[in-house]
Amino acid sequence: MPYHAPASVDEAIIALASPGAKILAGGTDFYPSLGDRPINFPIVDVTRISALKTIAADHDGAVRIGAGATWSDVVAAPLPHVFQTLKEAARTVGSIQIQNNGTLAGNLCNASPAADGVPALLSLGAMVEISGPEGVRVLPLEEFITGVRATALGPAQMVTAIIVPSLPAAAASAFEKLGARRYLVISIAMVSAVIVPRAGIVESARVAVGSCSAVATRLPALEDALTGAPLSEAGAVPSPAHIAPLSPIDDVRAPAEYRDAAALELVRRAVARAATAASTQAGTGTAL
Amino acid sequence: MSEATAFDAPSEEFISVHLNGTAQRALARPGQRLSEVLREELGARDVKIGCNAGDCGACTVLLDGAPVCACLMSAQQAEGRRVDTLKGIETPVMQALKQAFLRHGAAQCGISTPGMLLSAAALLTEREAPTEAEVTDALGGVLCRCTGYRKIIDAVLDVGSAPAALREHARDEGGAVGASVVRVDGRAKVDGSEPFGDDVAPADTLVVQVIRSPHPHAKFRFGDLDAYRRRHGLVAILTAADIPGRNLFGVIPPFADQPVFAEGIARFRGEAVAAIVAQADTLADLDPQSFPVLWEPLGAVGDPGAAMAEAAPQLHPGRAGNVMCRGLVKRGDAAGAIARAAVTATGRFTTPFVEHAYIEPEAGYAKKVDGRIEVFACTQAPVMDREALADILGIPQSAVRVVPTGVGGGFGSKLDISVQPYIALAALLTGRPARIAYSRAESMASTTKRHPADITATVGATDDGKICGFRFDGTFDTGAYASWGPTVANRVPVHASGPYLVADYEARSAGVHTHNPPAGAFRGFGVPQSAIAQEVLFEDLALKLGIDPLEFRHRNALDNGLETVCGQVFSQGVGIKRCLDALRPHWQAARAAAEAANAARGHIRRGVGIACGWYGCGNTSMANPSTIKAGITADGRIVLHQGATDIGQGSNTVIAQIFATALGVPLTAVSLVGPDTDVTPDAGKTSASRQTFVSGNAARLAGEALRAKLLRLANAGPDATIDTQSTITVQEGLRTQTVPLAHLPLDPEGYVLTVSESYDPPTEPLDENGQGAPYAVYGYAAHMAHVAVDMALGTVRVERFTAAHDVGRAINPVLVEGQVHGGIAQGLGMALMEAYIPGRTENLHDYLIPTIGDMPPVDTLIVEEADAHGPYGAKGLGEHVLIPTAPAILNAIRHASGARVTQVPATPDVVLAAIRATPDNGLAAKKERP
Repeated sequence: MPYHAPASVDEAIIALASPGAKILAGGTDFYPSLGDRPINFPIVDVTRISALKTIAADHDGAVRIGAGATWSDVVAAPLPHVFQTLKEAARTVGSIQIQNNGTLAGNLCNASPAADGVPALLSLGAMVEISGPEGVRVLPLEEFITGVRATALGPAQMVTAIIVPSLPAAAASAFEKLGARRYLVISIAMVSAVIVPRAGIVESARVAVGSCSAVATRLPALEDALTGAPLSEAGAVPSPAHIAPLSPIDDVRAPAEYRDAAALELVRRAVARAATAASTQAGTGTAL
Repeated sequence: MSEATAFDAPSEEFISVHLNGTAQRALARPGQRLSEVLREELGARDVKIGCNAGDCGACTVLLDGAPVCACLMSAQQAEGRRVDTLKGIETPVMQALKQAFLRHGAAQCGISTPGMLLSAAALLTEREAPTEAEVTDALGGVLCRCTGYRKIIDAVLDVGSAPAALREHARDEGGAVGASVVRVDGRAKVDGSEPFGDDVAPADTLVVQVIRSPHPHAKFRFGDLDAYRRRHGLVAILTAADIPGRNLFGVIPPFADQPVFAEGIARFRGEAVAAIVAQADTLADLDPQSFPVLWEPLGAVGDPGAAMAEAAPQLHPGRAGNVMCRGLVKRGDAAGAIARAAVTATGRFTTPFVEHAYIEPEAGYAKKVDGRIEVFACTQAPVMDREALADILGIPQSAVRVVPTGVGGGFGSKLDISVQPYIALAALLTGRPARIAYSRAESMASTTKRHPADITATVGATDDGKICGFRFDGTFDTGAYASWGPTVANRVPVHASGPYLVADYEARSAGVHTHNPPAGAFRGFGVPQSAIAQEVLFEDLALKLGIDPLEFRHRNALDNGLETVCGQVFSQGVGIKRCLDALRPHWQAARAAAEAANAARGHIRRGVGIACGWYGCGNTSMANPSTIKAGITADGRIVLHQGATDIGQGSNTVIAQIFATALGVPLTAVSLVGPDTDVTPDAGKTSASRQTFVSGNAARLAGEALRAKLLRLANAGPDATIDTQSTITVQEGLRTQTVPLAHLPLDPEGYVLTVSESYDPPTEPLDENGQGAPYAVYGYAAHMAHVAVDMALGTVRVERFTAAHDVGRAINPVLVEGQVHGGIAQGLGMALMEAYIPGRTENLHDYLIPTIGDMPPVDTLIVEEADAHGPYGAKGLGEHVLIPTAPAILNAIRHASGARVTQVPATPDVVLAAIRATPDNGLAAKKERP
């Protein structure tokens, strides 16, 4: 079976047209899901496409994370303060070894309900840039992941970037991940909260929960309830009704009932921490 | 076409990497894992493969200086890049790290050591003096199952401190008993040269791939195997029909019931039905799913309750109701005593399958040499392997040689044969060498586990806090085949009382077959499970009576001159009270600190819990001799034939220290050979915490016998000293006599003097009520767990362990600490996170073992209540170290949160449910009376 290692997105898209072709990037999902089976499909190794590796701000302040950027690249990048949730999430991904090779884009394409990057990117309002034979399109992350292990990628299409629109400099965030051990752990539940403050109150908020539904999901009712709340009281706002969008399942990591309880507690903690950060941060984000 | 696309390739192509400082080219298949290419094409077998999924970090290499898992990238992705493995890095930082690992005993089996050292070197290159948190972050991706991680953390933090301290110490003591000498086999573990099971076969060796049942219970028949073999270019296909001897094995001969290849019916998911023998490249392209076998799934029983039901399918003839065997220890009148007790506690306790999760999956290599079969594989029991293989191959034992490779962790599972018959058959039948390495999934699916337990027990106590009646009934899921199940059924009733005086006692056990993987030996043989029930019930009684939990245990602890539940009386050597005495000051301070911290009533509550354990060293009421041989060459070289398999615990070092001390020479004067069934006599299996005690005694006797021969040759008295600096001389008073070795006749092995000594512990059979003398020696332990419980999430963080162990005599204190740390890590995993579910958790990301961030500091308190039977007073330790761990954690959770947990693992959902079921949650134990 052929092994393609294109140097450009255009070449990659051509290679992806081969029947059964699969993308290999960080390999941290590719190889575990391959297991011990033989490789009987063409591989398109996108790690030689240097243009995909950059993390940079656009002229309008949006941050573009190239599809080849690894978790370690994100941790090391000088990003605005509100990216704290994404950096915290990146540091909890597997291990240093995984963070050094695994990519954020791959995490989205793998579309696991427990994908570590999704809650943070949802709360940051991230968009996904898709390139294919028909050109380039951009989708909100909510529309990109369509189900368990399912995405909006069409034939011969690939993710080329994750785009995070600009947020006010005073915006702050927090990430909470609950697992049964310290490292190398798939979460039982995780929460990301982003709060945009104004004069001591929550101007707007985005809260997303992972591992508690087929696809990580935002909590719109909670976001509405938080709007206008004093920052100092934001942690007390979340209530059981707010987590209604979650539909946790029983699995080897925890029963559904526990996930509901834990998710609510994690939501409270993430919101409280983001609100505290927003009240103390007062717009000292690191410019790119 | 761009340069990068130049290696678009339909089949194998060359890749170029800068490996360990030199440009290297290797053939690689498209997408072939870098780890495999490094090991098989580029000779870098210091890169270990533990999971092929990024879960264990054993294959860590530095890619342009950054640690990555070589199993998670293609060889093509390394094209043109710098790849460093352990053996390629000779920086001062790495040299210092290796020294520190040796000094601290940070490498036990050594399988994870390359990944640990590379991760640590990458950190220290960036951060000269990292914090502990930075060390754990950097090493968090590498799993270790032996060490408990703390000595690894210590070693990394210690780099840069004076490296000579411990070595000087060791030299001063000459490596004698009691010295923390660096392990004698340590160097190969820190430089990556120790050959493990998959490291010994030449690169072009035929590979064996086992075909396994995907169903827990199924009928099957094969399609046209010969056509399949020809179509795919396989060298051979092996099935039950190809076995020249007996298609049957089992570690306990009267219970032998397991086929090498199932015949017509598979009894558990993962059972072998056939094996393919082929070239590695052929197998790489072959999907085992295409193997011609037709399955007809049958109804399966997944737990003992279902297995004992009336209409349940029967797994084995002659084992009615699927009951494999039962155990009983009965003394006095348990029911009567409980009826008159002032307080009683009762409970039902459940534990799941626990996977050994050594980082080295089973692997080995076999070849035919001069008509004999030689097997090189990871094992804990080379002589038992030889016996089993001779039966299976239908050849005499003398025609089988078993050479244990390095063992990357065993913990009991590598006592049973696994890969050995497949490679031995392949070598015998094809006449060509053959190798195998289990994948993580097949290792987990097919090898033995810790028995799931379902225990109901009641314990009574008098008003003044003395145990008054104890009833115990435990059912153990032994899976599809017996393995060590009978040992578990026997050991549990003998030990279920804990190290306490219990006059009225009745303990029953049953091992029950199910269509689960065979449950076998795992550190403690069922006793860690029974200790959970006993120690939680003792906590109940202490709380009900308002007696301090440590004092309650002390009040009931066994002592010299008291009868055990088997009616055995030890006149000496019973050390449990001393263990509790050692804990007492720590206990009082820690309990007070926890209760003070909880006064703030935050969402984190602290707690401190205690539990005790005991364990009989050696086989239960059965002979288990060890023999140790030694020789001296004409030029005065002293050679110790050490057949006790060192699976990381340190028997190479401990046995050699005992021998050298008995002989009266420095440890450095002793060379080791073995284990190897051709050159070492049978030192028994590495099991039952017996090597230090039993083989150690044989080594002591061998040392003493050799000393007597040398002194006789020098006409010297027993107090003379032996000098080994050049040739062997003996000094007595002012007289120095060269021992006249050169003129003595040589034996066939080239020795002028040899000794061979055996030791078998004195035991007596148990009668129908389990009364007798099952062991010559017990070891004793008491653990104290310090935990923090998140009351809203149910998460438990163990913050510290204080562990008192009566080892009789610490032959090597650093190795003792290593066992304690490693046992606690396994006990912590059992307590908080480990549950093996057949067919569901056959990997190391769904089956969780503790990482470096989960293991707290351990204070090891070594208690030396010498035992008259032990070599220099020493007792066994390997299994004692995790028996009290899980119940100590459960009791600490209770102290912190009020929650009484009766099942493990105490995952966050279990703990939260228990907290919510506790009416007075958050309060520590009620006021204690003195």
